[in-house]
Amino acid sequence: MPIAEKRLILKNLDEPGYTADIECYIKHGGYESLKKAVKIPSAGLINEVKVSGLRGRGGAGFGCGVKWSFIPPASNKPILLICNADESEPGTFKDRQIIYKDPHQLVEGMIIACLAVKAHLGYIYIRGEFPGGAKILERAIAEARQKGFLGKSVMGSGFGLEIFVHRGAGAYICGEETGLIESIEGKRPNPRIKPPYFPAVLGLYHCPTIVNNVETLCAVKHIIAMGGSEYARLGRPNNTGTRVYCVSGDVVKPGYYEFEVGRITLGELIYDVCGGIRNGNRLKAVIPGGSSAKILKAGERYKIKEKMPTGSVFEREIGLEDIVMDFDSLAAVGSMAGSAGVIVMDHTRDMVAALANLNAFYAHESCGQCTPCREGSLWMQKITSRIMRGDGREGDTDLLKSVADNIAGRTICAFGEACSWPTQSFVTKFREEFLAKTGAAKEKNSEEGSL
Amino acid sequence: MPPRPTTPAKTLPTDFLAKADETVAHYPFSARSATLPLLHLWQEQFGFISEEAIVWIAARLGQVPIHVLEVATFYPMFHREPFGKIHIKVCRTLSCELAGGRELFETMKRLTGATGDEHGPIHSPDGRYTLEFVECLASCGTAPVCMVDETLHEKLDTPEKIKACLDTHSTGGEPCPIT
Repeated sequence: MPIAEKRLILKNLDEPGYTADIECYIKHGGYESLKKAVKIPSAGLINEVKVSGLRGRGGAGFGCGVKWSFIPPASNKPILLICNADESEPGTFKDRQIIYKDPHQLVEGMIIACLAVKAHLGYIYIRGEFPGGAKILERAIAEARQKGFLGKSVMGSGFGLEIFVHRGAGAYICGEETGLIESIEGKRPNPRIKPPYFPAVLGLYHCPTIVNNVETLCAVKHIIAMGGSEYARLGRPNNTGTRVYCVSGDVVKPGYYEFEVGRITLGELIYDVCGGIRNGNRLKAVIPGGSSAKILKAGERYKIKEKMPTGSVFEREIGLEDIVMDFDSLAAVGSMAGSAGVIVMDHTRDMVAALANLNAFYAHESCGQCTPCREGSLWMQKITSRIMRGDGREGDTDLLKSVADNIAGRTICAFGEACSWPTQSFVTKFREEFLAKTGAAKEKNSEEGSL
Repeated sequence: MPPRPTTPAKTLPTDFLAKADETVAHYPFSARSATLPLLHLWQEQFGFISEEAIVWIAARLGQVPIHVLEVATFYPMFHREPFGKIHIKVCRTLSCELAGGRELFETMKRLTGATGDEHGPIHSPDGRYTLEFVECLASCGTAPVCMVDETLHEKLDTPEKIKACLDTHSTGGEPCPIT
């Protein structure tokens, strides 16, 4: 019996006859949250989101209300809000559904967020590969302006707000919030040196800036609709609300599914929701939170600590299938919930080939600003490519790990970690596959196929 | 490489200029922010980012040309040479590769006749097609996918589906010349 989805954000967008225009959205209760929000003072809105426990859906999982409260109260500079719609993490395709099928949900969430942080100007930074999505959002914004939800006075409240769509042009690094800001400023998207850690302090045009993911802003709309404390009852403590999980790879029914955070395990997601492994094959590995998340290997056992309602902590051992799909549980098993993009691989897959594919991605997408990342990502790609060509050298397995170990923690932005985690985890967990393709062992195994 | 089309007229079309003005107006704090949007606008109108594009956009935004050039050369979607009439981007990244992305690319190569160094875009000899392997297109659940011009095509896992996809985009309504 498959576990029932809890569709909050995806509620309407796949309904027959549901369209992206404002009339349809309003017919389905759209902009009711905004009507409520204009009557609530800014601090009240921020408090609702804090109470809701909402954590960012882009990858880092940072508390949304906390992020909002980092805006310096005494600043006399204009405050800006950016929606990060640069969905580029391999394995992730949730924002695409929202933007193309239910754009007003995002626009409404964004208007509420702007009211909360007192931003009078907002940009939606949408990846260049969504040209249709950019047009849909522009039309949605124009419709919202016509209805008085945007413009000189949002719903007659006297609060002026304009939102514009800004298209990226094919660079993954623009998903990093300070790289994204540089990109909107019309520059190469080289991420900024931290501190300051938060653009809320120093962001776009050196003004306080909030950057939120598409799904996060949609959640804001629902938080205002149902109330922060009610939203916090969904999911689990510290992992509240719902999340859209994107499953791809070797499952019978790949797709996007929305559940309460942490109310589903990885095993239930793969076997019950997605119909199990394709072609009657066996599970080999899962990347649980977008391509940067460390890979999980079938058959692995994890020791996790669990806190009882009484406060006592006890340790128990779980398998891959038992991992709860929330921020804290995936961190506890050494990976991350990230963007909730789940890539499943069956027992026929070659892990060296899979890593070679990811390494090519990261080598292509490194912005080139920091030497360890620029040189390291390319070096790792060259090693995995030569192993795939059959030219793997003795010691390449350890060399890969060593290169990766020397990138993480030595770069301006988290891309350094993002590009080294796949190599570190693949090489550690599937070491024998790498050894079999390098050095003296490779001749014996040369008949093995590719991915 | 397709033949280089004539550079755009020295006097730019009025509708282009109007769109450029509207775009710049979206950035009240800094005109330089319109660099990417104007590069998009120019490429959509004239096909590629020529030397003239760099100079004109810089002048329009009160920047030196290097500020525009460094942006145009960083972002993969901007190209400095003309492309074919039909631009195909095949997703190269993991979920698509697991579902047959490499086969999709090879079939597209055969159907379009595009050849060249596959580290970048490759072109068909008649200048009709440009084929490119690109990174994740964010539709991993319906892999393998490609974009033909602005349209996403999903689950292209058989040669028949790939051929049909290409046929819908062939200019003038005639089917793709190679089978």
